[in-house]
Amino acid sequence: MSVAESPKLPGSPRRAGNILFGATALLLCAWVLVPIYLLIVNTLSSPEAVTAFPKSFVPGWDFANLEFFAGFAGILKALKNSVLVAGVTMLLAILIGAPAGYALSRFDFPGKSAFRILILMTRAFPLPLLALPLAVMFIRTGLDDTILGLAIVHTTLALPFSVLITFSLFSGIPIELEEAAWTLGCTREQAFRKVVLPLILPGIAASAVFAFVISWNEVFAASVLTIENRTLTAFLLQSLDVSPMHLKFAGGFVLVVPALIFIFAVRKYLFAMWGIANR
Amino acid sequence: MDNRTLPYLLLLPATLFLCVFFLYPFALVAWQAFTNEAGFTLEHFRTMADHWKFPIAFWNTMLLALAVVPVQVVLSITMAMMVTRMQRGRDIMLYIWTIPLGISDLAAGIIWLAIFEQTGFLNSMLYGLGVIEQPTNFLSYQNTWVIFIAIALAEIWRATAIMLVILVAGLGLIPKEYDEAAEVFGASRWQRLWKVTLPLLRPSLQTALILRVILAFEVFAVVAALGGTSLPVLMGETYNYQFELQDGHVAAALALVILAISIAFTLFFLRVLRVPKGAQI
Repeated sequence: MSVAESPKLPGSPRRAGNILFGATALLLCAWVLVPIYLLIVNTLSSPEAVTAFPKSFVPGWDFANLEFFAGFAGILKALKNSVLVAGVTMLLAILIGAPAGYALSRFDFPGKSAFRILILMTRAFPLPLLALPLAVMFIRTGLDDTILGLAIVHTTLALPFSVLITFSLFSGIPIELEEAAWTLGCTREQAFRKVVLPLILPGIAASAVFAFVISWNEVFAASVLTIENRTLTAFLLQSLDVSPMHLKFAGGFVLVVPALIFIFAVRKYLFAMWGIANR
Repeated sequence: MDNRTLPYLLLLPATLFLCVFFLYPFALVAWQAFTNEAGFTLEHFRTMADHWKFPIAFWNTMLLALAVVPVQVVLSITMAMMVTRMQRGRDIMLYIWTIPLGISDLAAGIIWLAIFEQTGFLNSMLYGLGVIEQPTNFLSYQNTWVIFIAIALAEIWRATAIMLVILVAGLGLIPKEYDEAAEVFGASRWQRLWKVTLPLLRPSLQTALILRVILAFEVFAVVAALGGTSLPVLMGETYNYQFELQDGHVAAALALVILAISIAFTLFFLRVLRVPKGAQI
């Protein structure tokens, strides 16, 4: 990625411009971070402090909220379901998506553009709505209210991303490397395993994490498709009217924290995902 | 393995998966919307349209998209241009600005609930500043416009990051020489933005807008967290029909409405922001 040099203007206008620039950047950081900070304050204060007024703007370092959250009937099961669904989604999205990404980056063949159109089409569709017809289909096949059923819906959400991400990752590895391995006597499969795979693995991991986050965060399909095996998002959504404030905030906190860590883990790859493959 | 069959084998799982779980279900949803026991019918659409909430939900969804997306376009372009000019602290800035990318709409709704609720931070701050004597209930059904603003803020807060990422990636693809050439010829920074960078950024802008607008029509959990039932939107009504009222047919009809406006806007952006062949980089 290129970083444009800012032009060298002499004297004070440039200085003032720089200060303005820095101030705007910091303001935008605050815009992102302050709401998250406030959620953390609410989570780490006692339930009484959450409904007290006026409210303190620093956390009370009280873990009663999180303890209440962990002890709330059904929450831990919902948390477990969320992790399981996201885990299965991650596996499916990579196992199905990565081969397609490889094919798109390495071969020219009739039907390639048709496949790309199919992938791009998924973007023009509000995918969570798939939950409606699939609910019917799943009841017929016994997949209703199961981890796998929901993971399948989440995979349709994550698959286009994993195809495009792996496509751009594979495109970033020169085919000459593979060709060199072939001339040295490797089969196509060996060359892939010994040359391409080690290079691509961190990127694959990043796109897997991305699939995990997509599933972890999804609300609509999860709420429509699960009854007994609710995920955390479905659980929180359906108890919005009845749960006390501090439970909502603790729930929001638990939803946000893994996302923060994951985004940090994949930050290097976020932009590769949206580069050339996107055009 | 034969080089001619290999790509098809590699594509087979993804193609099959998308046919079974993407194309077929959308055919199924159309079928559900247009049929009852007797066969073809428009009854479900009539039930949907006759409900007093439908026009409100429709216009709320549209107005929300209209309020949110233009702000996000300006904000994400500004942020992306700032990132490319940054010399120090670029990585940390990008990380912070993209944090909301990983935050679910439900969590975003809850976060902004912490600010807008009756004993929330906005009330506490206004009280601390002496603006108000006692906490006001911002999110009551009596002032839906405050709920609207809260939802719009939460959406802008949460979903600008996805556009930022697409635009930053897009800017990285534009060769620096174009901008430098324009500078040599004396174009001001503003002129370079409008005449060089933004036209070259068109494919990324298109992707970002399509993705974002469709997500805007899907707005659901933020609304549920902040507005409850005071501010109906299309996706929320779909959920009600499917889950609360157990009427899959009307839910399917609503789904088709959301689908139709999504496709209409996708086609619109594809047309308006199309890149002529030969002008691609």
